[in-house]
Amino acid sequence: MSTKVTLNKQTTGEAATEDVIIDVRNLKKYFPIHKGLLSRVVGQVKAVDDVSLTIRKGETFGLVGESGCGKSTLGRVILRLQGATEGEVIFNGRNIHEMGGKELRELREEMQIIFQDPFGSLNPRFLVRDIIGEPLRVHRKMSGKEIDERVVELMEMVGLDASRRNRYPHEFSGGQRQRIGIARAIALHPQFIVADEAVSALDVSVQSQVINLLMKLQKELGLTFLFIAHGLNVVRHISDRVGVMYLGKLVEVGETETLFAAPLHPYTAALLSAIPKPTPGRRQERIVLQGDVPSPANPPSGCRFHTRCPLAQAKCSQVEPLLEEIMPGRQVACHFPLVKGDSGGVN
Amino acid sequence: MAEKLLEIRKLTVGFVTDKGLVKATDEISLSIRQGQTVCLVGESGSGKSVTSLAVMRLIDYAGGVIADGSIEYHGQDLALKSQEEMRHIRGNRIAMIFQDPMSSLNPVFTVGEQIAESLRLHQNMSGDKAWNAAVDMLRTVGIPAPEIRAKQYPHELSGGMCQRVVIAIALACKPELLIADEPTTALDVTVQAQILDLLRKLQAELGMSILLITHDMGVAAEMADRVAVMYAGAIVEEGPVEDIFNTPSHPYTVGLLQSIPGFEGERGRELYTIRGTIPPIGQLPDGCRFHPRCPHAMDICRQKEPFDFLVGDGDDHRAACWLFEDRPVALVDGRGGRDEVKRA
Ligand SMILES: Nc1ncnc2c1ncn2[C@@H]1O[C@H](COP(=O)(O)OP(=O)(O)OP(=O)(O)O)[C@@H](O)[C@H]1O
Ligand SMILES: Nc1ncnc2c1ncn2[C@@H]1O[C@H](COP(=O)(O)OP(=O)(O)OP(=O)(O)O)[C@@H](O)[C@H]1O
Ligand code: SF4
Ligand SMILES: [Mg+2]
Ligand SMILES: [Mg+2]
Repeated sequence: MSTKVTLNKQTTGEAATEDVIIDVRNLKKYFPIHKGLLSRVVGQVKAVDDVSLTIRKGETFGLVGESGCGKSTLGRVILRLQGATEGEVIFNGRNIHEMGGKELRELREEMQIIFQDPFGSLNPRFLVRDIIGEPLRVHRKMSGKEIDERVVELMEMVGLDASRRNRYPHEFSGGQRQRIGIARAIALHPQFIVADEAVSALDVSVQSQVINLLMKLQKELGLTFLFIAHGLNVVRHISDRVGVMYLGKLVEVGETETLFAAPLHPYTAALLSAIPKPTPGRRQERIVLQGDVPSPANPPSGCRFHTRCPLAQAKCSQVEPLLEEIMPGRQVACHFPLVKGDSGGVN
Repeated sequence: MAEKLLEIRKLTVGFVTDKGLVKATDEISLSIRQGQTVCLVGESGSGKSVTSLAVMRLIDYAGGVIADGSIEYHGQDLALKSQEEMRHIRGNRIAMIFQDPMSSLNPVFTVGEQIAESLRLHQNMSGDKAWNAAVDMLRTVGIPAPEIRAKQYPHELSGGMCQRVVIAIALACKPELLIADEPTTALDVTVQAQILDLLRKLQAELGMSILLITHDMGVAAEMADRVAVMYAGAIVEEGPVEDIFNTPSHPYTVGLLQSIPGFEGERGRELYTIRGTIPPIGQLPDGCRFHPRCPHAMDICRQKEPFDFLVGDGDDHRAACWLFEDRPVALVDGRGGRDEVKRA
């Protein structure tokens, strides 16, 4: 009886609506699976399956989960770099998936993305000044001189030596290339930036420089971030709130500190306990999950985590748990959340 | 203390370019005892993989040369062996796991055949026996329904399962030394946790030594008995895992540990950063290779390369840094650090 459940009410426990910059409602993104000579559609990958969440102005919302759980797809559909199968994305009160030509063009100025791969995402045949200046050329009627001045300003903002703007990206290190991507992303004064694994490929010492830069720019420019990463330490450091995804579903959302201190979903707990900590001799009791992540083309019935969950009961394979606010500011989709008996959770 | 299985002494490995020999590792010394796990940590390009390839003598095939130093294994210098002799050692007594599991598996053979082949080659097992042992190995590395999985091809398995198969192949001949180059870097944390648990368990059963290469200080803290920190081709600090994490001494190690987000201090705080970037090989500064980035750099650091000095109270924690000048390693136990004699 795998009933199709949708979360009809808007995400609860939200701040006053004027604080909300992104409101994702029952968003779905399915990819068809083709087979055979005639490319018949034989199934669907439910990459994002009925996700609702809100992101507040000026906050960093961290999105974590294992490879293939749908983080990047969610980020791309929120930016409308890909269409939605169903559902809405409300940006500052307007559903962006219903926008047309001019409105969409304006939207492109307000929402930006920073990618993981500082090598692949920059055109190797363009000079750095053209890469950073391109959005200015496309969206603003600026003279060559004005663009150049702005490029210099942007490069200085992200800590790059502006005298190197007439060089090619391959002449820059990984961390510097990531800064080029950031300079380009902030060129048009966007309000909202999706950072998709933006620091994941970087070494620790370079990573900390780029994280500091992102935090500094957020403060100075009042940016809102959707920060996607599989590196939980980084997410913990930079995010105000965190969402945990498993197989296309959002299974837990909460304030960073409380979520990391006392996860409610058994999957969150397993994920957190798997992070190796740089403190020898304190090898904690670890929840080692059995088996692999099931295929998003054929997700398990009921709770999608039930095949690997140490706490699963009969109900879990039959009834899908909804993402619900079970304590102030804490949402979880689990029939048997890990609520600490004595403390009563928060505070 | 257990016997030293592997002892690398002042190993310099380089690549011949039009500018002459470019050193990817510069007189590195490191030893591994029986049953020990030694972690080699360091950032991208610091020379970790080159070191491991040199020990296996696979560096010859990557266009590199062992320019100086020795790799003593059971008292024999692997640097002097022929490739023919190395073939017997590789796969039999020393096995290696690479970062990307897919590239180490052959796409046109089933995973069972690949493990069985390794058993036939190295253990002289015959057809059926090798196949059954291969299925057993799959079970040992925690693959469910091993009889079915053995008949599948790599692309039918997930990344985590493929890495288990690679481990099964490496362990099929019960090596004394396992060299694992970032064996979990491509995997999700929950799968990484499974693989690390598996390595620990198999190590306890088989008593093998592990040289584990990682850039994740968390993985090192969890797995290592000893840790060696590489920076720009040199081991700048080496010692017992507790010492490295509790009393890091080389300014680079200190900076590296402080840069890790999420553990110390509160959320959103500005992270510690090491200024500048790692110099490319072949463009090292004079003196200490870390001095342009070091917050403690002194005059001597700009002029003269530091030797290995002992730090702390014991005699098994060393750092190549002038801040610890009073106790040169070579004078204490002749353990072959970067000593004065050679450089004078
Ligand atoms: N264009 C596409 N066509 C078909 N399937 C796709 C497409 N893009 C993504 N998918 C599938 O959707 C699922 C979610 O992918 P997605 O890239 O969003 O995951 P992710 O959480 O970002 O993973 P990672 O951590 O590896 O980046 C995966 O099963 C993926 O194979
Ligand atoms: N075949 C090669 N030819 C020339 N230079 C090489 C070759 N292989 C490696 N190098 C250089 O040697 C240095 C050390 O490389 P190595 O692969 O050992 O780094 P690493 O520490 O393993 O880094 P990573 O963490 O990125 O794997 C690098 O500067 C690299 O560019
Ligand atoms: S030798 Fe000098 S420059 Fe090098 S790490 Fe030590 S103090 Fe810093
Ligand atoms: Mg992704
Ligand atoms: Mg390497």
